Amino acid sequence: MSSVGLIISLFIIGAGLLWLLILSLTGREVERRIVFLFIGLAVSVPLLFNITFSERATPIVLDVFDKLEDLPPGSKVLLSYDYGPSMAPEVEPMSNAFLRHSLAKGHKLYLMALWATGQSLVATAVDSIIKREFPDKVYGEDYVNIGFKAGGTGVLNVIITDFRKMYLTDVDGLDLDSLFIFDGVKSLRDMDVLISIGGGFPGVKEWVLFAGAPGNIPTAGGCAAVSAPLLYPYYPRQLLGLLGGIKGAAEYESELKKRYPRFETMPTPGIKMMGPQTLAHLVVMAFIVIGNISYFISRRKRS
Amino acid sequence: MKRQLPLALVFIFGIFCIFQYFVPHESSEWIYEFLLAWIYIIGILTLALGIWSLIRVSWDKVQHRRPNWQYALVTLLGLFAMITFGFDYCRSFFSSEGLRNYMFVHFFDYILIPIQATMFSLLAFFIASASYRAFRARSLLASLLLLAALVIMLRFNPYLGFVGEYMEQLATWLLNVPNLAAKRAIIVGVGLGIVATSLKVILGIERNYLGRD
Repeated sequence: MSSVGLIISLFIIGAGLLWLLILSLTGREVERRIVFLFIGLAVSVPLLFNITFSERATPIVLDVFDKLEDLPPGSKVLLSYDYGPSMAPEVEPMSNAFLRHSLAKGHKLYLMALWATGQSLVATAVDSIIKREFPDKVYGEDYVNIGFKAGGTGVLNVIITDFRKMYLTDVDGLDLDSLFIFDGVKSLRDMDVLISIGGGFPGVKEWVLFAGAPGNIPTAGGCAAVSAPLLYPYYPRQLLGLLGGIKGAAEYESELKKRYPRFETMPTPGIKMMGPQTLAHLVVMAFIVIGNISYFISRRKRS
Repeated sequence: MKRQLPLALVFIFGIFCIFQYFVPHESSEWIYEFLLAWIYIIGILTLALGIWSLIRVSWDKVQHRRPNWQYALVTLLGLFAMITFGFDYCRSFFSSEGLRNYMFVHFFDYILIPIQATMFSLLAFFIASASYRAFRARSLLASLLLLAALVIMLRFNPYLGFVGEYMEQLATWLLNVPNLAAKRAIIVGVGLGIVATSLKVILGIERNYLGRD
């Protein structure tokens, strides 16, 4: 079924390309709705026919994976949900993969959010992943959700010196001192690795500038593809690795499946979304080429 | 006094924070942490100010039936509905019970998430349309930009076989060398700009933040 889908999608792109080329050669502009139609097809066909590709983790993704892998069980991993629903389809596969990897390795997980909308997304992740897939993990011992605090970079400035000055309780109102997971944890400096998922402000960059670099704490990130080029300058010294866009998520998921047999059947939205993204890129490239041919023809006619 | 006092406060705390960074003494750290707590307090007050401002502007639109006043009404209804559900119908003001309120969770999961995700995903359609109409090789620089964009997009493509590996290498080089160099230059430039602007604010040369009154 997958190969049939692949042939259909390639045929659509090929036919579309030819048709647009002919239109452009005859000097006719392609209407916007035709462009939209092709993008709609390019996105929906791979989803309908479940077209997926094999992914290989690139060094920038592998560095994050290996960091979590090399830490001894019981290490402290802080995962910050710095995104809202608009970015969730692109970055949620990353946060889910980090959750699964950390818990499977036996790390202690500290969940928080610098975005108000992130808190509900943490709650969803706890219900849909931790409680279902890791029923043996105990709240307050293996993981904790300390929720959202307003203040953005101000929050980071405070918790790098003392958690309790900003977070007196967890998200359910339990005193941090009553939670076993917070025994011996004073500030962010007690964490073994910080991971921020997001692509806006405050996000990965702020975690590097206000927590990772000043506290000398290993920091990793995951962000929307559009923000990734802005974060590359921090890799590999201030940022130990980065998952850029759905491609980064797909690479991490494939690595997780490869190394952990228990995740063989886990949902892999990152890998699944690479099909539509690849075909959509092909369509966009086709439009760029056709648009330029049309431009050169019209310029020659004018001259 | 209305202008001198804020200027004096900005000067004193600005200068203090610059020197504090270089003084790793316990008392210096303590004052720094005390000042940070103020950021949190001010943040809460600005949140209240923001909500009040939103209500005032939206209500004004609704009251005077200004263009698109219906959207302002929806904004107000959404704001008050989420506050009511968030406080669990005004039953819990000091616990997180409201965050598990049935309506609060359903409004978030089935209205906010799909709306925002839809808006973001529509970008693909507009980018495709823009790429057809505007991405033209009009000059050498535009052609270089075009080629770089094509290489970056092609690196994700699994249909290319062995060519894909070369594309990936080329794309990695583009990201790690020219992109990185340009971004670092921009970051350093922005950093110097921030230093200059901060000094202007601290020294009272830049006073726009005080307003016109």
